[in-house]
Amino acid sequence: MNFKNLKLNLSNKNKDLIPQILTVLFLILVVIYFTINAQSNMGNRGISFGFGFLSQESSFDITFSLIDYDGSHTYARAFLVGLLNTILVSVIGIFFATILGVTIGIARLSQNYLVAKSAEWYVEIFRNIPLILQIFFWYFAALRALPLTVDSINFYDISFLNVKGWYVPKFVWTNFSIFLYSIVFSFILIYFLGKYAQKQRDKFGKQIPTLYISILLIIGLPLLSFLIGGVSLSFEIPVLTQLSKTVYVYRGGVSIIPELISLALALSMYTATFIAENVRAGILGVSKGQKEAAASIGLTKGQILKLVVMPQALRIIIPPTTNQYLNLTKNSSLAAAIAYPDIVLVFAGTALMQTGRAIEIISITMLTYLSLSLSISVFMNWYNKKMAIKEK
Amino acid sequence: MIKSIKTWILVGFASLLLVACGQGGGGAGSKKSKTLDNTKKAGFVKCGVSQGLPGFSNADEAGNWTGIDVDVCRAVAAAVLGDADKVKYTPLSAKERFTALTSGEIDVLARNTTWTLSRDADIGLTFVGVNFYDGQGFMVRKASGINSVNDFRDGISACTNTGTTTELNMRDFFNSKNIKYEPIAFEKADEVVQAYDAGRCDTYTTDKSGLAAQRTKLSNPDEHKVLPETISKEPLGPVVRQGDSVWEDIVRWSLNTMIEAEEYGVNSSNASSLKDSDNPAIKRLVGAEGELGAAFGLDNDWSLRIIEQVGNYGESYKKHIADTGILPNRGPNELWTKGGILYVPPAR
Repeated sequence: MNFKNLKLNLSNKNKDLIPQILTVLFLILVVIYFTINAQSNMGNRGISFGFGFLSQESSFDITFSLIDYDGSHTYARAFLVGLLNTILVSVIGIFFATILGVTIGIARLSQNYLVAKSAEWYVEIFRNIPLILQIFFWYFAALRALPLTVDSINFYDISFLNVKGWYVPKFVWTNFSIFLYSIVFSFILIYFLGKYAQKQRDKFGKQIPTLYISILLIIGLPLLSFLIGGVSLSFEIPVLTQLSKTVYVYRGGVSIIPELISLALALSMYTATFIAENVRAGILGVSKGQKEAAASIGLTKGQILKLVVMPQALRIIIPPTTNQYLNLTKNSSLAAAIAYPDIVLVFAGTALMQTGRAIEIISITMLTYLSLSLSISVFMNWYNKKMAIKEK
Repeated sequence: MIKSIKTWILVGFASLLLVACGQGGGGAGSKKSKTLDNTKKAGFVKCGVSQGLPGFSNADEAGNWTGIDVDVCRAVAAAVLGDADKVKYTPLSAKERFTALTSGEIDVLARNTTWTLSRDADIGLTFVGVNFYDGQGFMVRKASGINSVNDFRDGISACTNTGTTTELNMRDFFNSKNIKYEPIAFEKADEVVQAYDAGRCDTYTTDKSGLAAQRTKLSNPDEHKVLPETISKEPLGPVVRQGDSVWEDIVRWSLNTMIEAEEYGVNSSNASSLKDSDNPAIKRLVGAEGELGAAFGLDNDWSLRIIEQVGNYGESYKKHIADTGILPNRGPNELWTKGGILYVPPAR
């Protein structure tokens, strides 16, 4: 390397660039070192390395899967089953954690002493107990508390809750695609309606009741598909069947396993406490002057919350809430403790044991969690940018 | 500025050097046993056991490990170090056990592990023998009216452990019977017991010895029974790392010595007095004839120490499995001379 030239070219830009390039090079070398080291050690111990096992038959079954799967499928398919189960419990968890979190967060600011104190107690209790204990509590407490299949809790003869799970009717559709199209179509209409309404407001100051029209569209169009689109829906109700003297099971319908229920419950109740605190911080973070100013120009209470307080509060709420969504997704890996077949139990557990491919499987699993987290991050950053102050 | 660039280049070279060094390390397969040398240097045998399976490897309140798997490690310690108590136990989950062994965290894995082709051939392990012949069975509630596996019907739910051959056998079994079942697999045995106890599943399936042991942990053990059928072969045995044949032989013959000692009626109390026995096989066992220990770099009393300090296989079985009420009958784990299938190559 010619140092003289290098010195001449050291503009401000290069000054920053060179250490960065060297850092990246160093990191690459470190990775290469670890790879070679692992390879030579594995070679010495007679362990082969490769991803060929993914196309082998898995030969183990999984309790609960969103896609068609049994032991005659491949390890790759088992991985997919685990991944989808992880995504399922995360989505359910995030959904309920958000609703619960926002409710509790607002409740903590309530003028009503009882409401505010209950919310505070909720937060203090649930965020201070380790999550794994809460998962065990909900799972084993629920299992012990729920009745056996034969004495199920009966909801209007169509849904049944017992120790083996929650059985609900299965939807049996005809012409489901037409129904789906009608929903997609109504969303497209709502999108354009929103654009149109904004234009009208900006140009002529006219307010169009978009909310009511949207509700009408989203109910009306699918309803129309039933009436003239040939869509119909029937229900398959679970039926109690006796297997032996005291062993009963519900056949038909959809069974929601207790592992999923308790895991989703534990995850959302735990994460909701943190979201609640974020929401509280967000609302408190909007200065009183803003509300007073909004009131002084004649906005209603609802308008103040919607147009002035929330847009500013959201800017404070979103970034830390993103963290909580990521935490919830990663925490879902505790599923293995209560036999919920997520990616850790199915892939990094059973598949790892059956194949012995620890390094391959753990790297795949880590990469999967990384991509999951990054996707959530990317989405939330996009949303955050949308909500951020736009300098005009 | 120049100074900082120099620093960076230095760092770069240093990391290159690191890479070069990394390739040089390792290297096994020499004639001497690295594991034996390391064990002697450390002064204890690094032994991987279960997280608590009565009869096989279980720790009491004081942290003392007992069981027939534990006795294999004790035998190795007696042979190599002269003291059966010089063992460091590492409790491992089913998932961790092989990685712990291949990475060198432990040197002997005595953790009720089933010997299968893929485990033996594929993942850098070597099984040295069988210390317990087991088979997978089912436990059900007595009141359930299920008396045989033929009473299972579509929709039955079965609890078990993940990461074991049990999960695979279960599928093979239900598929062959054409029964749709719900598999619920937990990471730890304690959770399986709790879930089964709570009624989450109709049957609990694992190795029969395991069922017998876990039954004692249920809230009402008498309300449950193990079905008569055995659906798989589960030869459980100690495992070592591939590539150290001397160490492999030491562990294999430590186990064989215990079984052979029972065959010749040599036990912990009479072993030393049999030094002048008329039977050359017995004399070899107690180190009074031949130079058998030299083959793996041990002295001639290695087998005598195993018998004196740990006992023969029959003593170990009686103490840990029979007297604890887990499996009073030895079944296939009886000597070949008494109708079982325990048969080891002669020590000569």
